[in-house]
Amino acid sequence: MMSQAPVIACKNVWKLFGKDPEGYYARMPEGHGYDQIRADGYIAGVKDVSISVGRGEMLVIMGLSGSGKSTLVRCFSRLHDITGGTIEVEGQDIMSLSEKDLITLRRNKMGMVFQSFGLLPHRTVLDNVAFPLEMRGQDRHTRRDRAMEVIRLVGLEGREDYFPRELSGGQQQRVGIARSLAIEPDIWFLDEPFSALDPLIRREMQDEFLRLQAMLGKTIVFITHDFDEALRLADRIAIMKDGAVEQCDTPDQIVLNPATEYVRKFTEDIDKSRVVHASVLARADAHGEGAPVPARATIHDLAATLVSDQRDMIPVADGDRPLGALSRQEALRVLVGA
Amino acid sequence: MAVLSTNAAPVAPRGQTALALVALAVALTLLHYAGLLPAWLTRVPEALVPPFAPWLDAAFTFIRTDLGLEKLTRWIAEGPLQFALDTTANLLYGKRRWPNLGPIPWSAIAGSAAVLGYALGGWRLALLAGGTFVWTALIGQWKIAMETMSVLVVAAPLAFVIGLGLGIAAWANDRVDRAIKPILSILQTLPFFTYLLPAVIFFKVGPTAGAVATIVYAVPPMILMTTLGLKKVSPAVIEAGQMSGCTRWQMLRHVYIPAARTEILVGVNQVIMLCLAMVVLTAFIGMPGLGAKLLAMMGSFKIGRSFEIGITIVLLAVTLDRLSKAWVVRVPEHHPRGTPWWRRNKYLLIGLGVFVGFTLLGQAVDWFSEIGRRQSWSRGKEIDAAIKAFLALGPVQSVTDQIRYVFNVWILIPFRDFLLSIPTPAFILLFAAAALALADQRVAIWAAVFFGIVALTGWWDRAVITLYSVISAVILASLIGLPIAVWASFTDRRANRILLACDTAQTFPSFVYLIPAIMLFGITATSVVMSILIFAMVPLVRYTVEGLRDVPPEMIEAAEMSGATRMQKLWKVQLPMALPTMAIGFNQAIMFAFFMVIIAAFIGTQDLGQELQRTLAGADLGKNLVLGICVSLMALSFNMVLTTWADRKKAALGL
Repeated sequence: MMSQAPVIACKNVWKLFGKDPEGYYARMPEGHGYDQIRADGYIAGVKDVSISVGRGEMLVIMGLSGSGKSTLVRCFSRLHDITGGTIEVEGQDIMSLSEKDLITLRRNKMGMVFQSFGLLPHRTVLDNVAFPLEMRGQDRHTRRDRAMEVIRLVGLEGREDYFPRELSGGQQQRVGIARSLAIEPDIWFLDEPFSALDPLIRREMQDEFLRLQAMLGKTIVFITHDFDEALRLADRIAIMKDGAVEQCDTPDQIVLNPATEYVRKFTEDIDKSRVVHASVLARADAHGEGAPVPARATIHDLAATLVSDQRDMIPVADGDRPLGALSRQEALRVLVGA
Repeated sequence: MAVLSTNAAPVAPRGQTALALVALAVALTLLHYAGLLPAWLTRVPEALVPPFAPWLDAAFTFIRTDLGLEKLTRWIAEGPLQFALDTTANLLYGKRRWPNLGPIPWSAIAGSAAVLGYALGGWRLALLAGGTFVWTALIGQWKIAMETMSVLVVAAPLAFVIGLGLGIAAWANDRVDRAIKPILSILQTLPFFTYLLPAVIFFKVGPTAGAVATIVYAVPPMILMTTLGLKKVSPAVIEAGQMSGCTRWQMLRHVYIPAARTEILVGVNQVIMLCLAMVVLTAFIGMPGLGAKLLAMMGSFKIGRSFEIGITIVLLAVTLDRLSKAWVVRVPEHHPRGTPWWRRNKYLLIGLGVFVGFTLLGQAVDWFSEIGRRQSWSRGKEIDAAIKAFLALGPVQSVTDQIRYVFNVWILIPFRDFLLSIPTPAFILLFAAAALALADQRVAIWAAVFFGIVALTGWWDRAVITLYSVISAVILASLIGLPIAVWASFTDRRANRILLACDTAQTFPSFVYLIPAIMLFGITATSVVMSILIFAMVPLVRYTVEGLRDVPPEMIEAAEMSGATRMQKLWKVQLPMALPTMAIGFNQAIMFAFFMVIIAAFIGTQDLGQELQRTLAGADLGKNLVLGICVSLMALSFNMVLTTWADRKKAALGL
């Protein structure tokens, strides 16, 4: 997945809010913490973040409200200008882009879904979805056809002449998703897209989203404050606190090896056995006897085997390819949450 | 005790300073009464009055002739503006100008107005809009009403475009915003006579000057509403626009302006209402139309006809207000796919059909195109006779005479004489003390400076008389209005009715408030105060009702559960919570009073308004501006004190 050059690469990115962020950034002493910066009258929205997103990867950024996750994503699309560091999108430093090039980039490569939908109230569903195409200058006929296509994709056919106020929250967010997909973006930003929805609808929309992603295979940056949602969707999770990334890793590693105390607390109540896969526990140098368990199974899936099986080391295989073996003791510890 | 003193610490010095100022003022006044105060301390001596008027005159002449501004304004006046006004004049009342098509038959306009009303708000609006024009035609005021409308339909769109443009500029650029803000607050307190004379001088007498004055008068609220609306657009919508790859222009055109639609349309409503109010007032510079007719009729005490014209103006105002408000709240309707275009635009087509139909009918039957003087249903003389007979009835006359007598002899004149007897420095000190007690030091200093300037212009006595009318009218309005408002706030039904009445009354152009006052009290000081009183009472009642109704229900419930009686609830909970809102109402009442007192100059006053009205006859621009600025400075002082006080109260209540 990460074999090619990253789609988004950011190095030591800072975003400060305050009176004169650039000036302050230039004279800020090394290793200044969030609270010290705050005492100086500035807010560190994003604090020294280095992270990259590979092609086709789904990176979930999570953290509590005010942790800087929305700010970071807005830096990726340059809705915010960053104070320090560099952000490259497909090898291009986006801070060096002219306004025109930035607009071209957004018109052709990026789509974004917002927590509060951000639909234009005076336009019908169809016109909302066609909006980015209209801005791009596509003719009426082409953009309507394309818009209808995405409207069908998100299951809103028959509502294209409705106005946003006539739709439910879930339907409005489908419009938001359709709009962000209309230009066939390579990079898809989703800023807490389901947080404003009821739990039942949220679940439904997550399934819908996974279906779309399986079909489209986009590079995705997804923001959420809901850990379950993050675990369900993510290839990798970045956990943020006070503008800084505490840990960025696969869900398995985050629950198994939390990098900081904060991350450990975050993952405390999670049923680890549902997150950790057999492949992660498998040690390549070890080998066991008998029938292997599938690498993609979670420890929870394997619960019955683990409890009844008498082997100490159980072989793990991804299809036909052996990956090594996992220690049953270790797996049982994960299962009982110790 | 310790706690108390620390709490009171920041307040005490202010209160003490205020008290000291009051004491000083009282001492000065007493010295004056004892005849011990030197003359130069009672009033600014003539010799010390700087020649503001000639200075301003010189400045204006410089701008006008040396900088050549007059050439530009005259060109506008004689070129495009004149052309636009001529065109509408031809269409609406048949002035012999291009395109020589008019006048449009009254029935066609009434019919189209009814269709528009139906499209915007159903049968009731259709009836109101159509009915207004039918009434105007039947009562025989079609031509003068169309004279007024012909200016309105030019001035309102221009004011809208200019206001929108400046509003966008102020929103987009901080420097423009900072430059525009103080100008706007001065413009909003400047008496309308001060709009009129420069308009006449720069844009020549007649409809063009009227249109220009109207536009300048109506632009400020449009600017404010535009900036407000653009600032309120939700960040998600803005970011959605940016991520869709909008250029700056596309952002403005497709995202900001449509998203600010409601505020912009509220601005349109205000523009229309202010334009109507001002167009009527341009009668003072000889603009023909409803205002001029009303002025003439009131001048010759023809109450019946004045009354009829008043109804026409009010109907027009209410119609325009309701139509534009219906447009604000209207939401676009979605048509299912494949709806034919004639069904999508059915109201437009019906409107056109009605228009063409009545126009053709007008060609065949004269009555549908024009109603002659003799055919009109005007009953001016009869109403006149009826009103005069009613007023001459023994009991009625004795009541109005009594009121007039008590007011004049016992209240108004003594109060005025008392205010005039206070030496200028004492007066300024008193106002500064009040400002200090209610607001803060900064406001107090500004207020003292403002009043000091008024004193230096040499128009002090007239300014005090203006103030006396304003203050006595607002006090009387509070005495009558506040109990009404409290009574109304007890139940939803009453509150809604009173609010509706206030809303409607607020749409009436200020000029018509003179009619009942003159009707009842003739040409006297009482009717001056009465007309201001009615006009100022509207915002006072309205904000008080709103303030009392808006107290959070959980607080009322908490008070009820604590066993408060109705009166305790009112005094201990509702009134304190409503105070900031009431202060806004009070402030507006004072601003309205300053506006009305100038119009009341028509009845005959001895204040700044009277002098202002006199300047209109000549070309005394400098004096006109000096007087206007005096009124504006006094109004601004009150405005500063009351808004600061309201803000402080609000902050203290955590609202």
